[in-house]
Amino acid sequence: MIMHLISAAYLISAALFILAIRGLASPETARRGNVLGIAGMFLAIGATLFLPQIHNYALLLAFLAAGAAAGLIPAFKVRMTALPQMIAAFNGLGGLAAVLISLADIIAGSEMRIENTLSVIIGAVAFSGSVIAFAKLQRLLPAKPLVFPGQRLLNLALFLAVAGLGIKFVVSQEVNAFYLLTGGAIVLGFLLVLPIGGADMPVVIAVLNAYSGWAAAGIGFSLNNVLLIIVGTIVGASGMILSYIMTKAMNRSLSSVMLGGFGLNKEKDVSANGEERTVRTGNPEDAAFIMKNANKVIIVPGYGMAAAQAQHILRTMGNDLQQKYGVDVKYAIHPVAGRMPGHMNVLLAEANVPYEEVFELEDINREFETADVAYVIGANDVTNPLAKSDTTSPIYGMPVLEAGKAKTVFFVKRSLGTGYSGVENPLFFADNVFMLYGDAKKVTEEIVSVLER
Amino acid sequence: MTEMWFLATILMLAGFTGYFAVKGVTPALHSPLMSVTNAISGIVIIGALITAGSAETQTVSFPGLAAIFLAAVNIFGGFAVSQRMLLMFKKKENTRPEQKGEKQ
Repeated sequence: MIMHLISAAYLISAALFILAIRGLASPETARRGNVLGIAGMFLAIGATLFLPQIHNYALLLAFLAAGAAAGLIPAFKVRMTALPQMIAAFNGLGGLAAVLISLADIIAGSEMRIENTLSVIIGAVAFSGSVIAFAKLQRLLPAKPLVFPGQRLLNLALFLAVAGLGIKFVVSQEVNAFYLLTGGAIVLGFLLVLPIGGADMPVVIAVLNAYSGWAAAGIGFSLNNVLLIIVGTIVGASGMILSYIMTKAMNRSLSSVMLGGFGLNKEKDVSANGEERTVRTGNPEDAAFIMKNANKVIIVPGYGMAAAQAQHILRTMGNDLQQKYGVDVKYAIHPVAGRMPGHMNVLLAEANVPYEEVFELEDINREFETADVAYVIGANDVTNPLAKSDTTSPIYGMPVLEAGKAKTVFFVKRSLGTGYSGVENPLFFADNVFMLYGDAKKVTEEIVSVLER
Repeated sequence: MTEMWFLATILMLAGFTGYFAVKGVTPALHSPLMSVTNAISGIVIIGALITAGSAETQTVSFPGLAAIFLAAVNIFGGFAVSQRMLLMFKKKENTRPEQKGEKQ
C-alpha cells in the first residue's frame, strides 16, 4: 500500500514540475509556477522518506537541513549582477551530487554499470565545467579564452581514454576503472570550458544546465526511478533548447562555441585601408538635451551595464524622460546580451523597469527607424551592422539590433575598442552616432543630473 | 529487458513534454527558467536519500550523505533565487503609484 502512495506522490510531483515550467510562459503566472515546483519537491522528498528500506532518518535530515541553509543564505544575499556565477555554481553542485550518487551506487555493488558510467561522466563534466565557468564569471580566472597548442587533441585523447575506461568497467566490472574514469571526466570538464570566452558564457551555462539534467536522468536509470528520469529529461531538454536559442542568436554552431577560442584572432585595424574616419564624441549634457526633446528613446543595454551596475540609474533616466518630458522610452534586449540567457531582463526588472517596456529583438527592431534616440549602454557587437553585410566577418549572420537606424545614437563605452568578437563596429564612425566615453554608470548619472536640473 | 524499454519510453515522452513546456517560456524569463530547472534537477536528492538511507555501511552512506547536502543546496538555493528574481518582474500598474509617491 505504502508503495502505491509513494508512486502516486511521485506522479503528482512530476506533474507539478511540468506546471512549474509552464508557469514561466508569462511573468504573471511565473511566481505561482515556482511555488508549484517547490510543492512538487517537498512532495517528492517527503514520499521518499516513507520508503520501507530507509532508516537513519536523523542523519539524512541533518544533511538535508545543512544543505538547505547553505543554499538559502547565498540565494538571498547574492547581488543580481552576480547571478550568472551563482547559477553556474548551483549547476556544478548538481553535477557533483550526481557523481557522488553514482559512486555510492557502485560501491554498494550495483549491477547498473552502463547507466552509472554515463551519469558519472555527464555529472563530472557538469561539475568541473561549472567550476571553470564560475571562476571565469567571478573573475578568479581571466574571462578571455585560455588556449594552448594541442588543446583539442588533448581533449579528444582524454575523451577517448574516459570512454575506453567506461567500456573496460562495463565489461570487466573492475571498480578501479570506474574511479579512474570519474577523475578523467572531471579533468575533461575543466579543459572543455577553459578555452571559452566570457561573452559565450550564456551558451556554456545553458549546456551545463542541460548536463546536470541528463546526469539526473542517468541516475534515474541506475536506480530505476521514473521521477528522476522524467525530471532529468525535462531539465536536459530545457538546457538544450536554451543553448540552441543562444547559438542561434549568435549565428554560430554549438560545436564552434564549445571548441572555444572565439575572438582571439582579432583583425587589428580594419580602417587601415586608407580612408580617414572620424569619431564624434558627445557629452552627457548634449545627450540629455537631445533625449529630453525626443519623442521616442530606445535603450539598448549590454554586459557593460551589468559590469558597471548601471541598471538603477538607467531606470531613473528612463523615468525622468517619461514623466518629466513625456518621452516614449523602450528597452531593447538582444538574446545573448550579458552572461546568461535573460540576464538583462532580470537586471532591468531589479531596477523596477516594468516588463511591458522591455522588448525582444524581433519585436523592437522595426522601431529603431522611428526612434529619435538609441541609447546603447555597454553593448557593442549586438548592434554591429557588419553582421548583416560583411560575409567575411566572424559575426556575419548574427541577428543584430538595428540601433544605427535611429536618428541619433549614443554609445556609452569606456573606449573605442572592438567588442568581444574582435570586429570593429562601423557604427562608431557613422554621422548620426556620438560616443559618450566613460563608465556606464557615471555617464548615465551625469545625464540624469542634467535631466533633473 | 521490457523494463528498460518502459523507461526509455518514459524518457522519450518526457523529452517531448519538456520540449513543449520550455518552448512556451518567454525569453524574458530565461534566467529564472535556468534557476528553476536547476532547482528541480536537485530531484537527484531522491536518489541520494535512497542510497544513503538504505546503506548498511559507512563507506556507502558517506557519498550519499554528501550528495544529499549538495542536492539540498541546489533545491533550496535554486527555488529561493528564482522566487527573488520573479518577484522583481512587475507590471506597469504596480510600479506607477510607487513612483508618484517618490515625486510628491
